[in-house]
Formats: sequence, C-alpha cells, structure tokens
Amino acid sequence: MWMPRRGRPASAPGLLARLDALARAAAPSVSTMAVMVLAAAPVGMPTLVPAVALAGVFFWSLFRPASMPAPAAFGLGLLQDLLGFTPLGIGVLTLLLVHGAALRVRRVLAKQSFLLVWLAYCGFAALAVGLGYVLEALLGWHVPPTPPAVAQVGLAIGFYPILALPMSWAHRGMQRAEGLA
Amino acid sequence: MIRLSVPLRQALARLSVPVLIAAAFGTMLLGKADTVLVERTRMALADLLAPLYSVASEPIGAVREAVTEVQGLLNLREETARLREENERLHRWQAAALALEAENALLRRQLTFVPDPAPQFHTARVVADAGGTYAKAVLIATGPFLQVQKGQVALDERGLAGRVTEVGGRSARILLVTDMNSRIPVVLEGSRARAMMVGTNGARPRLQHWPAGMQPQDGDRVVTSAESATFPAGLPVGVVHLGETGWPEVELYARLDRLDLLRIFEFGLAGILPPEAVTRPDPSVRPRH
Repeated sequence: MWMPRRGRPASAPGLLARLDALARAAAPSVSTMAVMVLAAAPVGMPTLVPAVALAGVFFWSLFRPASMPAPAAFGLGLLQDLLGFTPLGIGVLTLLLVHGAALRVRRVLAKQSFLLVWLAYCGFAALAVGLGYVLEALLGWHVPPTPPAVAQVGLAIGFYPILALPMSWAHRGMQRAEGLA
Repeated sequence: MIRLSVPLRQALARLSVPVLIAAAFGTMLLGKADTVLVERTRMALADLLAPLYSVASEPIGAVREAVTEVQGLLNLREETARLREENERLHRWQAAALALEAENALLRRQLTFVPDPAPQFHTARVVADAGGTYAKAVLIATGPFLQVQKGQVALDERGLAGRVTEVGGRSARILLVTDMNSRIPVVLEGSRARAMMVGTNGARPRLQHWPAGMQPQDGDRVVTSAESATFPAGLPVGVVHLGETGWPEVELYARLDRLDLLRIFEFGLAGILPPEAVTRPDPSVRPRH
C-alpha cells in the first residue's frame, strides 16, 4: 500500500518499487509453498506438510492478511491435497476455514503476546485436524484411525513456534521496509 | 491491473471466502467424480517436483546418516555383542543351508525340474513421502531409463515394501504394505496356511482370514502367496509377532521407516490392480499383453 503524503501529488511508483511491493505481497504464500514442498521429503516420521500449511495460513492471515488472501489459502490447500495424496478438497476446505476464522479474530488476537497466539493456534489446529478427520471419514467412507490424527495435532502445535519464528522475522522486516518507503 | 472502486473491492474481499468455500466443495465433488483426472494432476505435480526432491534428498540423507552414525557409535558395544552372537547363529544356518542346497541339487537332478527364471528388477530412489495423515506411501524418482508400471512389486534390500499404484513420467507412487488399504495374500511358511496381511497404518500389519485351526504362531516366517496372481510366491515379508491384544501381526523385514532405495520387480503378473484402476480403466493406456 502506498500512502501518499497529504498536500502533494503522489508520484507514480517506479518499477523497482512496484517489484519490491509485489515480492513482499507474494512472499508469504510462496515461502509457505516452498516449505510445504520441502516438508514432503521422506524423513521417517509422519508427514509435516499439513502442519506447515496450517501454520503458514494461520500466521499470515492473522498478521498480514493482505498477503494471504483467500485464493492463496485455497491454492495452498490444493497443494496440500495433491502432495499428500489425500482426497481432494479436505486441505482446501480446512485451510479456507482457518483463514476465515483467523480474519475474524485478528483484531483481538494480533495484539496479543506470542504465548496467547500459540494457545489460540492450539485450538485452531485441533479443530482443523478434527474437521480433516471427519471429512476423510465422509469422503473415504471409512473410519480413519485416530492415532495419526492425534499425532497431526501434536506436530502442528509443536512445530508452530519453529515456523513462527522466521515468519515473524520476515513480517517485522517487511514492516520496516514499508515504513521506509 | 484493473482499477476497482474501494467499496467494490471490499465487497469482493468479503465475498471471496464464501465463494472459495463453495469451490472447495466443488473440488471435493471433482475428486470423487473424476479420479483419473485427479490422479493425472497429482502425478504431473509429482513429476514436476521429482528433480527437486532428488536434489533435496542428498543433504537430508546426509543428516539422517549422521544421526544414525552417532547412534551407532553410542551403541557400539551392545552392537558388537549382538553381532557376534548373530554371526555364530548364522554360521550354523549357513551350514544347514549348504547341506540343503546340496540335497536340493541332488533331488533336482532326479527330476525334470525347471527352475523359475531370475526376475528382472530396477532400483529407484525414494524421493518423497507421498502419504498424507491417513496413508502410508512413498514417491520414487523414475526416468526415461526406468519404466515402471502399475502393479509392480517393490522390495527394499530385506523384504516386501509395497506396490506401484500411480505412475507418472518421472515419478511413481508406491503404496506401502502398512497402509490401511493394503491387502497382501501371504503364506505362513511353517504351516503353509494362507492368510491376508492387512495394513493398519501402524508399523505392523495384521494377519486375518487364516484357515480354521491354523492359528499363526509367534515367530512363523511370512512370505507372499501366488494366489490372485499379484505376487510371485515366496517373497520374504516378515515374521509373525503376537501383538499386545494377542492378535497376530507381522514384524516386517523391510525397514519402511527408513526407505531410501527400492527394487522394483517386474514379475509379469497382471493380477488385481488398485480399485480406481479397475473401476475406471484409462482409455489412453493399452492393456499389457
């Protein structure tokens, strides 16, 4: 967003400034996508892809909603379903709902301390995995086992701080860059 | 860029979430209705990412190796003792095997026995985990020199690991035997009783449907059965282990938690394929034979 100073005609932003703004706007979704792809590498533990997608969509919807619009959440959900060979639509719907809910609570939650945000995220993760479980049961028409779902909630909650740290650095860096511009 | 008025833009932003949620239900329907399209899209994405995974798997493999190395160093004493004991036991088995081999050769000379041809196999690198939360599968990198087909059998260096279920241009997906949807016909080597090995998504698949009165015993060796013409007979699978509830499970020989290379065997068997391939035959693929 360019905020022209009052009283003076705003100069048209140059190409570099535009590229810069575009890169900033795309960084959250592109970086989440890249980490999701890398998280699909085999490491001999339950898949991390849903945890990464959930953390990315939640964090950016909360702190930088302009850079995580609903279509981006849709795309990340689709990528999650395609990467994970899960029934199509589960990741899309859960991530969109997380995005919508995070937008609703962001006025209150974005000002809170990290610990409170994490606590709220625990609730989001449990609900999202629960919804995924129900959808998996409905779409596959079989009752999926519960231990993987519980592991998924644990992974999502446990990995949030590790993922949130670089994301908040990036967020602060972007804010600083916008302050300069 | 199209310039929109502020109220219109706000209205669009407010509408986008509900519209996209409706689209999410649309994708669900699409996923249910057109499995072939979805499978092609998945394999196209996997093909696109396969080279990237191949590059990324090098450092990841190095880290994993380093961790194993450190663990190995820590357990060196126990490991040596265990290996010494195992070596002695194997020496005895070697003797037994040599004796049996000699006897077998002798018996074969008496009969007109035609041995099975040695099966052809290709080795492929596991590049990604292709299972979601509720599935156990891996992605292998294939290429122009490695043609993989649906239904081929994958073994790691020790035993049966899974079957090829989806094939793309540069990658293929292997459904592991631990997956919930995996059903493998097996034979208990001791009693020759047939059974089904059913994946549970846990580390040890369960045994089901053995003949009455032939309860699998702890320590029985489990091999594949040629029934249903999906697997050749006698591929090593694992050992029967009675679980906590007393239900027989199979301790697999294959180390599915640390797969890095898989041998893809072509046995020329065109038995049962995964359900989606059977219900919706792909018109662009001509049947083998």
